[in-house]
Amino acid sequence: MRLSHAGLVERSRPIRFRFDGRDYTGFQGDTLASALMAHGVRTVARSFKYHRPRGIFSAGSEEPNALVTIGAGAGREPNVRATTQELFAGLEARAQNCWPSVDWDLLQVNDLLADFLGAGFYYKTFMWPKKAWEAVYEPLIRRAAGIGALSGAPDPDLNEKAFAHCDLLVIGAGPAGLMAAQTAARAGADVILCDEDAMPGGRLNAEVEQIGGQAAHDWAAQTVAQLREMANVRVMTRTTVTGIYDQGTFGALERVSRHVAPGRDDLPLDCFWRIAARQVILAAGSIERPVAFRNNDRPGVMLAGAVRTYLNRYAVSPGRAVTVFGNNDNVHRTARDLLAAGVHVAALVDARPGATTDLPVPFYAGAMVEQVLGQNGVEAVVIRTATGRQKIQSDCVAVSGGWNPSVHLTCHLNGRPEWDSALAAFVPAPGAVPNLIPAGAASGVFSTDGCLRSGASAAVKALAALGRAADAPDIPLAEAGSYDIVPLWQVPGPGRAWLDLHNDVTVKDVRTAAAENFRSVEHMKRYTTQGMAPDQGKTSNLGALAVLADVTGRDVPQTGTTTYRPPFVPVPIAALGAGGRGQGFAPRRRTSSHDVSLSMNAPMIETGLWYRPSHFPRRGEATWRQSCDREVAMVRNAVGVCDVSTLGKIDIQGADAAKFLEFVYTNTFSTLKEGRVRYGLMLREDGHVMDDGTTACLGPQHYLMTTTTAAAGLVMQHLEFAAQVLRPDWDVRLISVTEQWAQFAIAGPQARALLADLVGQDVSNAAFPFMSCGPVTLAGVTARLFRISFSGELGYELAVPARYGESLYRLLVARAEALGGGAYGLEALNILRLEKGFLTHAELDGRTTAFDLGLERMMSPSKEFIGKAAATRPGLVADDRARLVALKPVGPVRQLTAGAFLFEEDAEPIRQNAQGHVSSVGFSPTVGHFIGLAFLKNGPDRFGDRVIMVDHLRGITALCEVCDPVFHDPEGGRSRG
Amino acid sequence: MADVTLSAQNALPQGDVIERAGTAIRVLPMQQMTSMMPGAGADALATVLMDEHGLALPGVGQTSTSAGGRCLWFGHRQYLLIGVSPAHSLSDVAALTDQSDGWSTVLLEGPLARDVLARLCPLDLRAAHFAQGAVARTEIRHMMACVTRVSEDGFRLMVFRSMAETLLDELRHGLLSCAARENL
Amino acid sequence: MRLTCPNCGERDLREFTYRGAALDRPEGAWSPAWDAYLHQRDNPAGASREHWWHGFGCSAFLVVERDTRTHDILSVSLASGGRQ
Repeated sequence: MRLSHAGLVERSRPIRFRFDGRDYTGFQGDTLASALMAHGVRTVARSFKYHRPRGIFSAGSEEPNALVTIGAGAGREPNVRATTQELFAGLEARAQNCWPSVDWDLLQVNDLLADFLGAGFYYKTFMWPKKAWEAVYEPLIRRAAGIGALSGAPDPDLNEKAFAHCDLLVIGAGPAGLMAAQTAARAGADVILCDEDAMPGGRLNAEVEQIGGQAAHDWAAQTVAQLREMANVRVMTRTTVTGIYDQGTFGALERVSRHVAPGRDDLPLDCFWRIAARQVILAAGSIERPVAFRNNDRPGVMLAGAVRTYLNRYAVSPGRAVTVFGNNDNVHRTARDLLAAGVHVAALVDARPGATTDLPVPFYAGAMVEQVLGQNGVEAVVIRTATGRQKIQSDCVAVSGGWNPSVHLTCHLNGRPEWDSALAAFVPAPGAVPNLIPAGAASGVFSTDGCLRSGASAAVKALAALGRAADAPDIPLAEAGSYDIVPLWQVPGPGRAWLDLHNDVTVKDVRTAAAENFRSVEHMKRYTTQGMAPDQGKTSNLGALAVLADVTGRDVPQTGTTTYRPPFVPVPIAALGAGGRGQGFAPRRRTSSHDVSLSMNAPMIETGLWYRPSHFPRRGEATWRQSCDREVAMVRNAVGVCDVSTLGKIDIQGADAAKFLEFVYTNTFSTLKEGRVRYGLMLREDGHVMDDGTTACLGPQHYLMTTTTAAAGLVMQHLEFAAQVLRPDWDVRLISVTEQWAQFAIAGPQARALLADLVGQDVSNAAFPFMSCGPVTLAGVTARLFRISFSGELGYELAVPARYGESLYRLLVARAEALGGGAYGLEALNILRLEKGFLTHAELDGRTTAFDLGLERMMSPSKEFIGKAAATRPGLVADDRARLVALKPVGPVRQLTAGAFLFEEDAEPIRQNAQGHVSSVGFSPTVGHFIGLAFLKNGPDRFGDRVIMVDHLRGITALCEVCDPVFHDPEGGRSRG
Repeated sequence: MADVTLSAQNALPQGDVIERAGTAIRVLPMQQMTSMMPGAGADALATVLMDEHGLALPGVGQTSTSAGGRCLWFGHRQYLLIGVSPAHSLSDVAALTDQSDGWSTVLLEGPLARDVLARLCPLDLRAAHFAQGAVARTEIRHMMACVTRVSEDGFRLMVFRSMAETLLDELRHGLLSCAARENL
Repeated sequence: MRLTCPNCGERDLREFTYRGAALDRPEGAWSPAWDAYLHQRDNPAGASREHWWHGFGCSAFLVVERDTRTHDILSVSLASGGRQ
């Protein structure tokens, strides 16, 4: 119910929202949880396994119960914690894991079957008949499992990623964090202050206390306002630091617009930050833990500190007759705040035998709440005292078993926390994270005065490490109580007592695990699933650990903890992958002829990051094959133009440039004269082929190497490795000029005629013989001409500075068309080279050697080169290796497919009989049938033999004849003329 | 030989691309750019550069400027001469290549420039760590890039010509996103 | 993770590519030394000496000494030696 005092919500700004189909009103500053609580809505969810009714348990991100689905349509989001969801106008929320409604759920029948659904039940039940597991049981269990459902539609939301840098990262803006940030900022350090909440202040916004004579929440607000004014401070609210990584790298999830109504398509929903910080102060506070007792999962059972948050910050009471129970002074504080808010305290139950109180409430010392009565929520509690039992009418139980410092982040680099028996809690181990200083409640300091001091001294330490001197600041007057706790984890007795509310794990389940010898905490966790829900067991880990310790006769530190791993809160995959959807997935590389290709209706295909035209459809051509066949014929009979700018071009200079080429190529390059081009083969150090290309000599000590498009980056890295690591004393200077030059292949019998009409120089066969190169001019532009051929026809490649690329391409295509030819694309490019047996990375697939490719004569015997030693291993030159051949279909099936395997005619087409595989195929209009390149055992010795090609995936079998790889112009006269 | 003309084109249409909240993305014109790689020792290059162009050889991560042009440190044992034709004697002391066409240059300037760049680039952009005139070879959204701080809120960004459109798209999205937060 | 490049200063991991253990390359014909260079690796629980390439940065190859237990970076130097 809503209370009359102000709280920290804005009464002047009411907000309408909808939950489970009903309309309600809350205020700006409410969470969904506080607004529902104000309306007395108690049941907001059904539990994971037993489908028991559940209510709001906490007031923060540790919430294990109140998970709801927010929104409708494609963007609807499941498993949002109602305790952290800020209210906005028109917010629509639904309960999960229930049908037909949260108040009346059919699957609550599971609770009657509880005895059969305990820990590890699927190892003991649902076993017979055997076939029924896969067909019946597993699908049923799978459908019943899980909480919340995705919409199934593509995610419409925008997300972002960003980087930030600072000297000091302060995690948490409670009293310790605020004091630390202020101290460090005033000393001139660059500070980033992160807080999960929309309103910084931590517990200061939840408690009734004073700092420096003013309300604590006012002090917090003022301190934050001052920090925001400082240029060296970045205050990040709604930002959870999710993980700690090496060398001071932090991941953080910022909820950018989950508190505003959807419909702004320019706003990201979340932003995932990578923060680099030299020092970090962990002021993440602590999380309260409950005590387990019978039926402690009923709606109305809540954490005592959370009750204070609702009373003081949200001006809401969770009940009208509240029982307060626990083992530390928090329960007295909650009782005091309830009274001050005008709420009836049904009982104050302090488990500590010597406890006393001045509050005018029914008080029970050395007593415990034994159980809760009420099917759909708390209706009464049974209290066990030294003298007996008492039943008390109550509609809410505020329970406190103590506070757990939030040590999670300190464990992300493999650290384990230390047990502090005075606090009955784990605290961060010193040095668990380099350059991290825990402060405040996260370090086990629970009084406000202690937190302020702790934050300030942490900042002074951090500043010293940053090389900045600073005096400890004055600490304003604040509450300085002590923390007297007597450990209490569970109230013994019959019935089920819950530990992990999120995964429905009870004390009995942990006992069962131990009884079945799952005694290690790691085994208990996996066997019972305690701590494995999205809340990561924040309110249940220590309780379960303590029960396990008790049952196995150990103490808590002996029993140990499981490891905390990032993320601290669930992070949507969409946030981690922000910017990577659709076009944003990778850079798109366009050549200078891109727009021209588009204007000619060429479909563009991706080769790596590049976009290249597949073919250029002309009127009357309905399929890509028709265009491709025509383009091949066009090149063979007239002239074709193709943009080959995407091939890597590496400029190599220096006194040892020639020596360097000798080292990286298998064949001789020291004899390459200026104005000449040579084909080169490059191996990996393990003797397999890495890449091939041509290298031209442009001048003394000046070479230009080309690589394939696919391997350009790989080769560049390889060359840098060879130059910097293997031969650091050589004078070799490498730089990529791939982007500087636009380069076009001009191929076909009319190629010379086309060029002669364009360039100022003599391009006759005498002036520019096969495999020569040199500068030419056209239209006043200095270009480079290379006489090389990948098509097997008379061919050239003409390179101009890329700014002229588009213009030159238009010109070349127009001239080619005038000569009966035109533009050709990748499909035709591939057929042309296939007809000549030229290689691409379909053949240079990383598993093949020069020997396999029939290029063993390119391996110079007289020099050292990368890969030579490994390439000579007997296994890499064995006769029966699969070696390069060509294939043509000779049976009724005329199609060949790449990836298919080859078998002898009478052999069963199973793996053990495979003789090789097909690497590339295409229909050759020049010879009128399909051709392919393949690798076949003893290949070159089997020309004329027949083999069977079997494509198991596509179900195609074809009889083939093994041929010499060159189908067209075997003498090579056409390219040399 | 018939009359032939070739026209030059920037990878991107020049000029302002978009402005929001006082922050603008502007495509800059192509300039003469020459890479200079002196090898293991840079002293000879430094001398010739000063003699011929009046430019000091910049330190690692720095720019030097003179009346005619600029010189950027551009990578490991690599410099970029911008805005002037390289003197002939430079080729005696360094390996030169023309890089004028290989890169696309964009200016990002305004109050949101740092925020926008922070969405795309892992560089520490704080003024004390990346001062005016500082140059970094780094990554912008999976693209090799060069970033220079030209003013308190201004950055000159260079990526390969082929990826220019991608850079513009990324900058545009970043600016719209950052500007949207101003209206939250 | 962050690495400090001798040229560029401290940078995010995404600018670097791991190249493998920094070993001395054998010379000459195939031998057990070649086999070890290509196929055998120690797996130290402690200092590991590696090559990293600053490919999205200055393109320098680096020799990095890294503790595989704590992930501390013990040293970074230019593979080609000397100052820039």
